[in-house]
Amino acid sequence: MEILVCVRRVPDTSENEIELDSQGKDIARDELVYSINEPDNYAVEEALQIRDRVGGTVTVATVGGEDDEEVLRRELAMGANRAVLLSDESFAESDGRGIATILKNFVQKEKFDLILTGVQADDGAAQVGGMLAAMLDLPFASLVNSIEVCGQKLKVSREIEGGNKEVNEIDLPCVLSIQTGINEPRYVGMRGIRQVASVPIATLGASELATNSNSVGRNAAKVVRIDYFIPAQGKGAEILRGSREENADKVAELIAARGGLR
Amino acid sequence: MNRIFAYIVQRAGMIDDTAAELAQAARKIDASQTPIAVVTGSGTALDMACDSLRSFFGEVWKISHEALAYPNAELVRQALVRLLPEKSIVLISHDHFGIDLAPGLSIKLDCPFLSDLVSIDQVSENSIKFVRQEFGGQVSAHYVCDLTSGAVINVRPGAFRAAPDSALSGIIVDKSDGLGSLAAKRRYVETIVAETGDVDITKHAVLVSVGRGIQEKDNVTIAEDLAEALGAAVSCSRPVVDAKWMGKSRQVGSSGKTVKPKVYLACGISGAFQHLAGIKGKPFLIAINKNAKAPIFQVADIGIVDDLLEFLPELTSKVRELRGAVAK
Repeated sequence: MEILVCVRRVPDTSENEIELDSQGKDIARDELVYSINEPDNYAVEEALQIRDRVGGTVTVATVGGEDDEEVLRRELAMGANRAVLLSDESFAESDGRGIATILKNFVQKEKFDLILTGVQADDGAAQVGGMLAAMLDLPFASLVNSIEVCGQKLKVSREIEGGNKEVNEIDLPCVLSIQTGINEPRYVGMRGIRQVASVPIATLGASELATNSNSVGRNAAKVVRIDYFIPAQGKGAEILRGSREENADKVAELIAARGGLR
Repeated sequence: MNRIFAYIVQRAGMIDDTAAELAQAARKIDASQTPIAVVTGSGTALDMACDSLRSFFGEVWKISHEALAYPNAELVRQALVRLLPEKSIVLISHDHFGIDLAPGLSIKLDCPFLSDLVSIDQVSENSIKFVRQEFGGQVSAHYVCDLTSGAVINVRPGAFRAAPDSALSGIIVDKSDGLGSLAAKRRYVETIVAETGDVDITKHAVLVSVGRGIQEKDNVTIAEDLAEALGAAVSCSRPVVDAKWMGKSRQVGSSGKTVKPKVYLACGISGAFQHLAGIKGKPFLIAINKNAKAPIFQVADIGIVDDLLEFLPELTSKVRELRGAVAK
C-alpha cells in the first residue's frame, strides 16, 4: 500500500502558554516551541503500522518553509520512507482550501492508495482532509480511531459521541483524518533524528505542482484571520492566594460544605 | 444576503439542541430571513424529526430516501449538492458529523468553509466577521469571509442558545423528488457502544478529574488517593486516555462521558471546550493548574494556581483530617 501522510508543524501547546504579543494582534511567536501536530504524529504511526503489516511505502509531506523540514525529518526518523516539502513563496497565507489545493496537485502527480491527515491542528479548522478528498473525488472518513485493511477496502471506526464508535467500510483509495489515541506513536530520540540527517528531502514548488495564484496563497484565501485576541472574560474563578496548606484546608472545607465527603 | 439553510441531523427521529441553536445562528447572520431547515432520512423517523423542527424553522425541507436512513456524510453531501439552490449559506453543527460532512460539501458547492464558529461579531452586506477559538481556547481569533458565493458554516454546539418559538409553526416541504439515485464509496456498518468500565463516572457525586498535568501514569495514584479519601471517583480528560494512562471509560468530554457531579475537581486540565462539553448540571468546579492563564479558570468557581503533584497530596491529608474530626 502506498500511503501519504500530510503533516504540519505547529506551536506545541503542551510546551507553551499561548499569549498575545506586544501589539496585541498576533500571538507571541518569538519563544514558541514547535513540534509535529499531535494527531498528525498518530497518523504517521498508523501509516507505518499498516505498511509493516501489508507492505508498501509511507511518504510524509508538508506545506511550509525551511523551518518545517524538522518535522519531516522527525517522521523520517520514525520510519517514513520518503519526505516531501511543498514550498513556494506563492503558497504563503493560503487558507485551508489553498492548502488542500496544493496537496491535491501533489497527490495527482503520484499514486497513493491511502492518504492520512491528522484530524485537526491546534490552530486549525479540521478541514484539509475532507476538502482534499472532495477535490480528488475520493471517499473520506473523519475522526478515525481504528483501521483494518480488508483487500481493496478498509474497515474503519470513527469516534462519535459518548465514546461510541461508528464502524464503516470504505473503498480504497480514500482519505482519512486520524484522531489521537488510535495507537501509541513510537518514541523518536535525538539519535534517530541524527541518523536521517542526510536523507534528502525533495522540495516541490508552484511550477512543479502547477498551482496558480487564483487557487493558492494570500489572494485566493477566502477565510482570512484578522487578529488574535483574548475574549472578554466572565467572572472567572475565585483564585485562592493562601499558602499550599491554607488552600488545601479551604478546598477540603468547600468540598465538605457541598456534601462532597461521603 | 443569500438564502440560509440549516442542515439538521436526525437519529431515529430525534433532533438535539443544536437544531434550535442553528436557527438562532441563522437569525444572527440575517434577521430578515426565515431560515430553512433541511433534514434527511426515511420513514416515520424522518416525519417525526420534520414535525419537531416546525417549532424552530418557518420552513422544513424533507428529503426522503432509504439510503439516507442513517446519516452517512457522503450520501447527505450528494443530496445537498443536488437540492440546495446555488450560493446557499448552509449551517451545520460542528460535531463529529459536521466535521465529516462540511469541508467536502464546501468544495462541492464551491464556496468558503467557516469552521467551528463560536460567535458572530458583525455582518455587513455580504461579509461576515466571526470568532473561532484556537490553541485549546487559550486565544480567540477574528476571521472575515465574503458570503457572496455562499458558504458552509460549522457552528460550535452550545455557542448559540435559543428557546423554541412557540408561535412558530413551520411548513414541511417535500423535496425528495429531485434527489435521484445515491451511491457511496463509504458504507455504514454498525455502532459499537462504549463499555461502562470498572467504575461508572456518570454515577458519582464527586469527581477528581486529571488532565495532561498529571504528567505520567504512575502519578495517577495521587488522584486515586484523594478520590479514596473523598469517596469519589477518578475521571480524566482526553490526553490522559490518548497516553493510555487511564481507560476510555473514565474520559469526560464530547468524545467521552457526560457527567453530572455535585463537585468537580479539574486537576491539570486546561479546559478545552470538548472537555467542558461533558460536564453538565453546573457542579461546583475547583480547578488546580500550574498555568494561571489556563482557560479552565474562566469557568471554575475556585482556582488554585499550583503544582497538582504537590497540592493533591496536601488536600488528601486535609480531607482525611476533616473526616477524622467528623468521625469523632
